[in-house]
Amino acid sequence: MSASNTLSIAPSLADVGGPAQPLITARDLTCHFPVRSGTFAPKKVVRAVDGIDFTIRKGETLGVVGESGCGKSTTARLLIGLVPVTGGKIIYDGQELGADLSLRNLRRGVQMVFQDSFASLNPRLTIEETIAFGPKVNGVPQAEALAIARDLLDRIGLDPARFAGRYPHELSGGQRQRVNIGRALAMRPRLLILDEAVSALDKSVEAQVLNLLDDLRRDFDLTYMFISHDLNVVRFISDRLMVMYLGEIVEVGPAEALYHKQAHPYTAALFAAMPSMDPDARTQVPPLAGDPPNPIDPPSGCRFHTRCPQASAVCGMTRPKVTTLGPGHQVACHLHDPNSGHPEATT
Amino acid sequence: MTFTTTPASVVIEVPAAPTVSYWAGVWHRLRRDPAALICAAILLALIFSATFAPWLGFADPYTGSMINRLKPIGTEGHILGTDELGRDMLSRLIYGGRLTLFLGITPVVTAFVIGTTLGLIAGYVGGWINALIMRVTDVFFAFPSVLLAIAISGALGAGIVNSLVSLTIVFIPPITRVAESVTASVRKLDYVDAARASGAGNFTIVRVQVLGNVLGPIFVYATSLTSVCMIISAGLSFLGLGVKPPEPEWGLMLNTLRTAIYINPWVAALPGMMIFITSLCLNLLSDGLRSAMNVRQ
Repeated sequence: MSASNTLSIAPSLADVGGPAQPLITARDLTCHFPVRSGTFAPKKVVRAVDGIDFTIRKGETLGVVGESGCGKSTTARLLIGLVPVTGGKIIYDGQELGADLSLRNLRRGVQMVFQDSFASLNPRLTIEETIAFGPKVNGVPQAEALAIARDLLDRIGLDPARFAGRYPHELSGGQRQRVNIGRALAMRPRLLILDEAVSALDKSVEAQVLNLLDDLRRDFDLTYMFISHDLNVVRFISDRLMVMYLGEIVEVGPAEALYHKQAHPYTAALFAAMPSMDPDARTQVPPLAGDPPNPIDPPSGCRFHTRCPQASAVCGMTRPKVTTLGPGHQVACHLHDPNSGHPEATT
Repeated sequence: MTFTTTPASVVIEVPAAPTVSYWAGVWHRLRRDPAALICAAILLALIFSATFAPWLGFADPYTGSMINRLKPIGTEGHILGTDELGRDMLSRLIYGGRLTLFLGITPVVTAFVIGTTLGLIAGYVGGWINALIMRVTDVFFAFPSVLLAIAISGALGAGIVNSLVSLTIVFIPPITRVAESVTASVRKLDYVDAARASGAGNFTIVRVQVLGNVLGPIFVYATSLTSVCMIISAGLSFLGLGVKPPEPEWGLMLNTLRTAIYINPWVAALPGMMIFITSLCLNLLSDGLRSAMNVRQ
């Protein structure tokens, strides 16, 4: 058992740059989807992700929050090569995707857990076969792949003797999501992207899965990118927080700092919309009205200016510069740029 | 009064629920569908009698007798009567099942293989390859299937092989269309994305992840086409484009006996009855299979 454990824990891609080098660096990462409204209509694009820069450090958990349609999932799918990159670079542990690193190798270092636990498991395969599929297509012999699967089932809290031969419809939602985590871990990734991975589970099961994720991070030396709309969950699990709006990053910072003081008006609105446990602190007025604008034709200047309570003339004209507020805390807002020309800008 | 309670440290062993494999589950559900079971039994009996007809001791289906023409049902020696040349109807119906079932099933099986392959490629690859394959099948959809079969058979000339070819061509487009739509919907599911993310090639993904999930619906659809195929092939024989006399075949028998409909309507209707019963059984069985193969979610 101990021999197979050491075998299964070792990541499939060895560390290259040491702990100081970010595991993932995204530079000006862009993803546009072409849309055609009619045969002769001019070609348009959905700017799902529009030139974002961010890093994920080794061993940390980066929480990603934002409304639906803000590009969270597209960012995740870009990092694992499920949607084509329109522009920009993905650098994995110092190696640029496409130049120093093939997509196949990137996928050995980055894996993903999907939101819908049912749609992400093949109903015709037993969960053991589902977990063993990844190693098998990467050249691990059948018997060894099944041994890896059984070992992983044990680690994700499903007794292999009872569960290995079961089909997805014979499992509960929480058990299925554990299998999804196991399937991703079978590739021995170093970065695990959790795209709303616990959002569909009920609260008690969600807590169990979050605890499991915490244990697995230590056992497998994992880095997490945790995408969620539930700010309470994000706070529990994240070291840093990245806030996205309409395909752009509006604020990045340490999770605790951001919880106490939000620099960007959009982040502030998100946190104000968080349901409170205290009845006296209940909000009566919605912090933001309306839906996000259409990403096919995003607003000029700061994309948030159409809904921002503190918008001024400059917000509609120029894109805000990224300002550093504290250690690791950056915001893209004219309010925090003394030279932006915004009347309320801090000096 | 004392209560015995289970200490918290005791782990209660929950017996593992027995896992049922997919096909065992299908069989379990099909067993509770009497209509489908009866139909399956009738079809099996038909296939059995057709396959082993020469060894079952029936009269020679080719030997006629001019004095015993068009005897009614129940005649001694000829339980189902005789046809317009005095040949035994029971024997001819059983022997006729050989050709009729062969002509009904073979084109569908061939079309199933070709149509599924085309549909899988179109649905999985998408893009202009999908457009090419699906627009070509649309051309075939422009013609009614019977008319198309007659046109192709007419162009190729009468004969069993040509009618097999024409029927295969007729059934490829509908199977392709079903296969394409099922594949396209499966392709969007997260487990296919997850398989791509694990670095599997397209061929492996189609074989392991897609095929098992699309074959069921396509198979059920193809089963229902078998009855249509039998009717069209009977129609081709009826028009003189398929089987030639004196071969016994239900469609051809219906054609030659139709002149006797005023003399002996019951005997004349028998080949039609056989076509009707077989089609009905195939349809009911495919219906039963469809519901039995639905994985509960």
